[in-house]
Amino acid sequence: MIIHHPILGPRDAQEFVYLGDASLIGRPDGMTASIEEFHNYTYLRDNPAGAHRELWYHEQGDRSWLVVTRNTVTHEILQVELARDVARAEGRSK
Amino acid sequence: MRYSGFRILKEALTGHKGWGHAWRDPEPQASYDYIIIGGGGHGLATAYYLAKEFKQARIAVLEKGYLGGGNVGRNTTIIRSNYLLDGNEPFYEFSMKLWEGLEQDFNYNAMVSQRGIINLIHTDAARDAATRRGNAMILNGADAELLNRDQVRAMYPFLNFDNARFPIKGALMQRRGGTVRHDAVAWGYARGADSQGVDLIQNCEVTGMRIENGKILGVETSRGFIGAKKVGVAVAGSSSKVMAHAGMRLPMESHVLQAFVSEGLKPLIDGVMTFGAGHFYVSQSDKGGLVFGGDIDGYNSYAQRGNLPVVEDVIEGGMALMPMIGRARLLRTWGGIMDMSMDGSPIIDKTHVDGLYFNGGWCYGGFKATPASGWCFAHLLAKDEPHVTAKAYRFDRFLKGLMIDEKGQGAQPNLH
Repeated sequence: MIIHHPILGPRDAQEFVYLGDASLIGRPDGMTASIEEFHNYTYLRDNPAGAHRELWYHEQGDRSWLVVTRNTVTHEILQVELARDVARAEGRSK
Repeated sequence: MRYSGFRILKEALTGHKGWGHAWRDPEPQASYDYIIIGGGGHGLATAYYLAKEFKQARIAVLEKGYLGGGNVGRNTTIIRSNYLLDGNEPFYEFSMKLWEGLEQDFNYNAMVSQRGIINLIHTDAARDAATRRGNAMILNGADAELLNRDQVRAMYPFLNFDNARFPIKGALMQRRGGTVRHDAVAWGYARGADSQGVDLIQNCEVTGMRIENGKILGVETSRGFIGAKKVGVAVAGSSSKVMAHAGMRLPMESHVLQAFVSEGLKPLIDGVMTFGAGHFYVSQSDKGGLVFGGDIDGYNSYAQRGNLPVVEDVIEGGMALMPMIGRARLLRTWGGIMDMSMDGSPIIDKTHVDGLYFNGGWCYGGFKATPASGWCFAHLLAKDEPHVTAKAYRFDRFLKGLMIDEKGQGAQPNLH
C-alpha cells in the first residue's frame, strides 16, 4: 500500500506504524467521563467493512501522525490528512 | 451411514455406488429452536454438540457461502494447549482432549496427528518464561517438556543453531500437540450434525435480526425470514458486521493473516516448530508441502488477502531459522480474516438481547479451539450458563478489568 503523505508525497506503508480507528483522537475528558465512556473509548470499535478512518504514524519518516481513510475490503486508500488538522477541526488542543 | 473398513470393502466390491451424500441440502423451515449463524468449524461443532451432547432438536446452521469456506479452510492446521493463563489453559486442554477422541466420536477421518510442537528458546529469560508456561500447562493437566539444545538438535539437525541474533538454546515441547486435516474437521462436524437432524443451510446470508422488546425473534436472510427461539453467532472474522444487526459494537478489529505452503518436499519436519522471536512457524503436510506463517498484516482488513511486506517478513524468518528453504519454491499463499480482540482472547457469552448469544474473538488461534468452542457454546445455548472452562470469556471482562492477555500488550489488537 502506498500512502500519499500530505507533505512528503507517496510513501510505502512499511514506513508507518498502525494504531487503529481515528476515533481514538476523541479521548473523553479524564476529569468528567464515566467508566463506561472510557471503556467504550478504549475497547469498543465500529470495525467497518468499507471506508475506515484510521491513525498511521510515520515512524521511519517525519514522525507525523496521519488520518488515512482506507477501504478495508479493497485496501484502497481514499484520503490522507494530517492528524493534527483533523484533531484541531474536531476542537482538540485548544 | 457409518464409515468403517468393512464399508470400504463392501463399496469396493459393489462399484462404490452406495456412498451417497455426506449431508443433506435442505430448504430452510419457517422457524427453529436454535439458529447457529456461521457454517465454519465453530458453528458446525456447536450444532453437532448441541444435538448430540445436549439433546436439543430443531437446529439450523446458516452459512452465507459454503460449509467450511472461511477460516477453517484457511488456517495452518495446528492444535496445541500450551497457554499460560488460568482463563485460557483449562479451555484449550479441554479442546485437546476432545481432539484426541474426535474421530471416533464423529466417525470421520480428520487425520488428527499428535506429532508434537516445539517453541524455540533463544535466551535465559525466554527459558524462564518457557519453564513457567510449561509448569502452568502441567498444573492444568496438559503435558510439557523443556528440551535442551542437544535434544532440539537431535530432532532438527538442519536448524541454524548459531544464528547471531537468535541462537537456539532449547525449546518448550508439547508432545500431544500436532496437526489436523482442517477441512475434514468441518466436514466431519457437518456430517455428524446432519445425521443428528441439524439443517445445514448454505448460500443463506444473514442480513438482519428481528428483535422486539429486547428479545430475539429470528433472523432476516437472503432466503427470507427464519424464526428462532435462540440465535448463536459464530462468524469469527465477520463478527462486527453480524453483531451490528443487533446494535452492538464489539471489543475487536478484523485483521488479515496470511499463510503459505511450499512445493512438496521429502519428509523433513515431522512435528510443528515455532520460532516466535523470528515471527515464523512451520510444519510439513502429509503431501510434503511446508505449511508456514507468521504475523498478521497489522491493519484492519476484510480482504482475505494480504500484502507483500508481510510475505517478505515471514520468508526472512524462515530463512533465518532454516536457510535451506531458500531453495524451495512457494506454491500458494492465502489470507483469512481474524477477529482480533482487545486482549487476544475469545468471547463466548450472552448478549444484552434475550436469546442472542455470541462466540468470536478467536484472533489467529481459533482452529485448535474448534471442539471446545463448539462444546462450550452449545453448553451456553442449551443451559444458559457458561461451561466451567469458558467462564472467563465474558464481554464484561474489559469493563471489570479481568482481561486475559497472554502477551501483556494491552488494548492494541494488532499486537496480540
